[in-house]
Amino acid sequence: MVKKWRPGLSLLFLMLMLAGCGEPYLSTLRPAGEVAERQYQLLLLSTGIMVFVISVVVIIFIIVLIRFRRTKGKEDYIPEQVAGSHKLEIIWTTIPVILLLILAVPTLAATFELGDLEEMEKVDKDGNRESLVVNVRANLYWWEFEYPDLGIITSQDLVVPTDEKVFFNLKASDVKHSFWVPAAGGKIDTNTDNENSFYLVFDNDKANEAGNIFYGKCAELCGPSHAYMDFKVKALPRDEFDQWVKAMQEASEVKPVSEKAKRGEEIFREKNCLACHAVSPNDPRPENARTAPNLADFGNRTRVAGYLEFNEENIKEWIRYPEKFKPGNLMYEKADLTEEELDLLTEYLINLKVTE
Amino acid sequence: MNVTEKFTPQTWPEHPETATMEGKNKFIGFWLFLAGETVLFASLFATYLALKDSVPDASHPLAKDLFSLPLVFLMTMILLTSSLTSVYAIYHMRNYNFKKMQLWFAITVLLGASFLALEIYEFNHYVKEFGFTFGSSAFSSAYYTLVGTHGAHVTFGLGWITALIVRNAKRGLNLYNAPKYYVASLYWHFIDVVWVFIFTAVYLIGKVG
Amino acid sequence: MSTVASKKGIGAFIWEYLTTVDHKKIAHLYLAAGGFFFLLGGLEAMFIRIQLMKPQNDFISEQLFNEVMTMHGTTMIFLAAMPLLFAYMNAVVPLQIGARDVAFPFMNALGFWLFFLGGIFLNLSWFLGGAPDAGWTSYASLSMRSEGHGIDFYLLGVQISGFGTLMSGINFLATIINMRAPGMSFMRMPMFTWTTFVASSLILLAFPPLTISVFLLMFDRLFGSKFFDVAMGGNTIIWEHFFWIFGHPEVYILILPAFGIFSEIVPTFSRKRLFGYSSMVFATILIGFLGFMVWAHHMFTTGLGNVANAIFAVATMAIAVPTGIKIFNWLFTMWGGNIKITVPMLWALGFIPSFVIGGVTGIMQAVAPLDYQLHDTYFIVAHFHYVIVGGVVFALFAAAHFYWPKMFGTQLSEKLGYWTFIFFFPGFHLTFFVQHFLGLMGMPRRVATFLPGQGLDAGNYISSIGAFLMFIGVVLLLINIVVTSVKNKKVANDPWGDGRTMEWALPSPPPYYNFKQTPLVRGLDTWWLEKMEGNKELPPAEPLKDIHMPNNSILPFIISSGLFIAAFGAMYSPLNVVGDGKPWGVPVLILGLGIMFGTMLLRSLLDDYGYYIPKEDLVDDEGKGGRAG
Repeated sequence: MVKKWRPGLSLLFLMLMLAGCGEPYLSTLRPAGEVAERQYQLLLLSTGIMVFVISVVVIIFIIVLIRFRRTKGKEDYIPEQVAGSHKLEIIWTTIPVILLLILAVPTLAATFELGDLEEMEKVDKDGNRESLVVNVRANLYWWEFEYPDLGIITSQDLVVPTDEKVFFNLKASDVKHSFWVPAAGGKIDTNTDNENSFYLVFDNDKANEAGNIFYGKCAELCGPSHAYMDFKVKALPRDEFDQWVKAMQEASEVKPVSEKAKRGEEIFREKNCLACHAVSPNDPRPENARTAPNLADFGNRTRVAGYLEFNEENIKEWIRYPEKFKPGNLMYEKADLTEEELDLLTEYLINLKVTE
Repeated sequence: MNVTEKFTPQTWPEHPETATMEGKNKFIGFWLFLAGETVLFASLFATYLALKDSVPDASHPLAKDLFSLPLVFLMTMILLTSSLTSVYAIYHMRNYNFKKMQLWFAITVLLGASFLALEIYEFNHYVKEFGFTFGSSAFSSAYYTLVGTHGAHVTFGLGWITALIVRNAKRGLNLYNAPKYYVASLYWHFIDVVWVFIFTAVYLIGKVG
Repeated sequence: MSTVASKKGIGAFIWEYLTTVDHKKIAHLYLAAGGFFFLLGGLEAMFIRIQLMKPQNDFISEQLFNEVMTMHGTTMIFLAAMPLLFAYMNAVVPLQIGARDVAFPFMNALGFWLFFLGGIFLNLSWFLGGAPDAGWTSYASLSMRSEGHGIDFYLLGVQISGFGTLMSGINFLATIINMRAPGMSFMRMPMFTWTTFVASSLILLAFPPLTISVFLLMFDRLFGSKFFDVAMGGNTIIWEHFFWIFGHPEVYILILPAFGIFSEIVPTFSRKRLFGYSSMVFATILIGFLGFMVWAHHMFTTGLGNVANAIFAVATMAIAVPTGIKIFNWLFTMWGGNIKITVPMLWALGFIPSFVIGGVTGIMQAVAPLDYQLHDTYFIVAHFHYVIVGGVVFALFAAAHFYWPKMFGTQLSEKLGYWTFIFFFPGFHLTFFVQHFLGLMGMPRRVATFLPGQGLDAGNYISSIGAFLMFIGVVLLLINIVVTSVKNKKVANDPWGDGRTMEWALPSPPPYYNFKQTPLVRGLDTWWLEKMEGNKELPPAEPLKDIHMPNNSILPFIISSGLFIAAFGAMYSPLNVVGDGKPWGVPVLILGLGIMFGTMLLRSLLDDYGYYIPKEDLVDDEGKGGRAG
């Protein structure tokens, strides 16, 4: 019986080998930072122990199947009715306990080390926080990233410096979501009740390998568009990150340059988009007034609506009929815009750039 | 089982509630049921303790603003007494004294009913005086759910014991209905114990803690 | 079943099953209803796998996907796996301990009808505005926001069927404690009875927290309370705690009876007594106990803090030890045995490696920091399908073949049984093995679709192919059941030839009073013991005498219907969050509850002493297989 499925299994392994271990920007099997690396080591350790356990069981299993099958001439044979064996029972109680201890020690160590957030509170002599802290707010199908110490708010694309601990405070404003950048480390839930905190590290070399963009996902069922609630992480070397911060801080409202964009801006105001969407990274409104993604650096977004390829056509399609791309989203079902208005609006949005 | 069998106080078994197989099953089954009920109330207590200070803002009343200990103390005394009277009833059941058993159960029902009346008064008072309704706050929901579930149990217990008293008034005591009486009294004690915990966790801690 | 119908007419047949309090017939009811829901849940699974066959598939919409996915989980856990286990418990446990029925036959019927009408109520959501869509866990923030009545159907349906389950749990406990035949001490009880006992204790202690949390959410959605309304001081994490305080023991409620079934099958077809019986008993109790200590491992990423995570990580790992003991005990039962590979044994053999894989991935998730990566991904989906399909469903298939003769008097085709296995077993591994890697490669669970270019296409395609193989396997099982029932070839008491426990001493199916004379139990593996001493029947523990039997009753059905009606009223309460309350909502609720309590009152006012089978009639049954042996 084992033989029956062995070819199937080896075929499966082969296919998986061919598929590799997933994509460098998404897979937990290609860890791109200290946290993910630590978790990957635990994965290897536990898999090793578990493969050992499975092997022992399968070996005994195969021996049993080969040696003790009822064969011709043995139809009436009644084996000895063995009640048990204390010696054996002690063995298969003690060995698992030892294996679990081997696993438990690094588990506990990692739990406390990865959960250590003391550094987050460290301040220099001027009272400024030393590490970067990002407030993450998860909303029905979009993400807001606020840099409280830098006075910047952005959405959908998270920008972080590489090779240092980035601390996150996370919560949700409507239903529970979960913040997950698989390549950089495990997820943590964004609750509606309280704030959670943790940190991630983005390795510079690995970031280059992944094209400087990591994929982030919502990992907790949150409604029909749960599968589309993606975000992207731009991991930049510290100096590039500082440049970006500076540009964002200095940017007030971007002034449209072309005539088309100017008319687009008028439509943006007329149609009341501004009531929800800010176009400045320094949105002063309180968070419950920030009911839609900040569009300040929209022109530099990696994706439209978090997952569609960034091009004019997709922007238009999305504005025209968001329900088609993210069912259940809170913008509106269908826009009442003419083709021309859409063109102008798109032109305006695509030129909303803080940096070139 | 033979329900027509006539007993005298001498032939009546010492533990009539477990004298038959059906009685034994009822006895054990009911204790198991009470184990489940305990977990049920434990869950309600946990919810209450988690939410007892959870109101949206200071305009919503909290435990210390609401409760009046004298009233609750009176309710507690009434319910404790009713537990005692049901013990008398079972004592008389064991002695095969049907009339006295019925009488003491009737007293138990009366005490239970007055407890219930006071509870209804209490709830009504909170709603009228404080606008403290089921949906006012997480605290109010937790309070009414915990205390109300207890109240529903009291109501059910009253209906049950009354049904037993009425049904068996003409039939007298036998080995078919003795376990039923016994189990109903167990239920009544259980309700009583739960109330003691409510008195402590809700009212005392609310007022003092 | 069909023979009874042809003799008495279809009306009488239906009436008999509506009113029956006989544990053997209630087992048939559980099997039929559980089987029906199993097929429904299976179809839902196929919808899921077809939708995820390729990236950005549009076979079903995102909203419908969420409904299908929610109903698949809810149906399989509450309406298929548990009732099917109850079917075998009802059919076998009273026979294994030498009882004439369960402790509370009336309540047994009531439990079934509550479960069944609860399940029907839940599934009516498909026709009345949409099914629940917040996952089987129905986390409070999402379920509070869900539009339409789907979640209300979930809450009320789960509540009603949950009451039924709780009753069955109490019933089995009382039965096993009180109704054992003389000589049947606890340490002589067959393993299936033992696991039923422990699983029933878990039901008793785990279902009340579910009842409460479901009530709280129901109150919030239907009657305006504020338990989960954060703005009003509510807290949604309470739901998570309660759900998993129930949810984790629930896993053991399912798997322990499955262990019990395999602990019967493995010794039978190895022709050797269970290795380490007392350590098996001990392990079962320990698993049940630890099952209550580990719920927060479902909540590592909720943010309970490092200390909580550390404690629950270690506690979870501890469960591996008693589970490991069981695996090795089964292996060493077979060691030195004389193994005959029948269909039930084939499933048992398939179970061991499959379940070990599912078990060890569970330990991997106990590693809290690692679980930050694994939680809510397809790795989890793979893990719990390995334990629930590889453990519970395999046990259900094994038991179907193993106990079919005892339940229906005829034997399922072994040949078709092999074919079921040949499709289902590889299909199962194909479907779920690859999902471990999908999860590790970054695929969250419960996604209605996935995008191309993320390395997930091949894995999902393979997984869907496997699902089709499993589907074929189930269809073959259905064909087998139909063919077998039509042929209806009668079998003897002990059709497998190597039965060890008391049920195999009785005719197939047993007479309605089970044992003519209560048997005397002289040791573990009671029937095997007698057979080895050359006895053709069990020794009686009492002289032949009149047998007391309970009367049939329609009241359980009416009580359950009352609750069913009340549920409709509750759903249209004027205070519901959907905002479509009806003026008749509360009156219907009261009417339904009135029917329920009124019927309960009627039950206690009516004299129902049951009836006696005179011993003369029992003598007449001689030769029809009515003897104790």
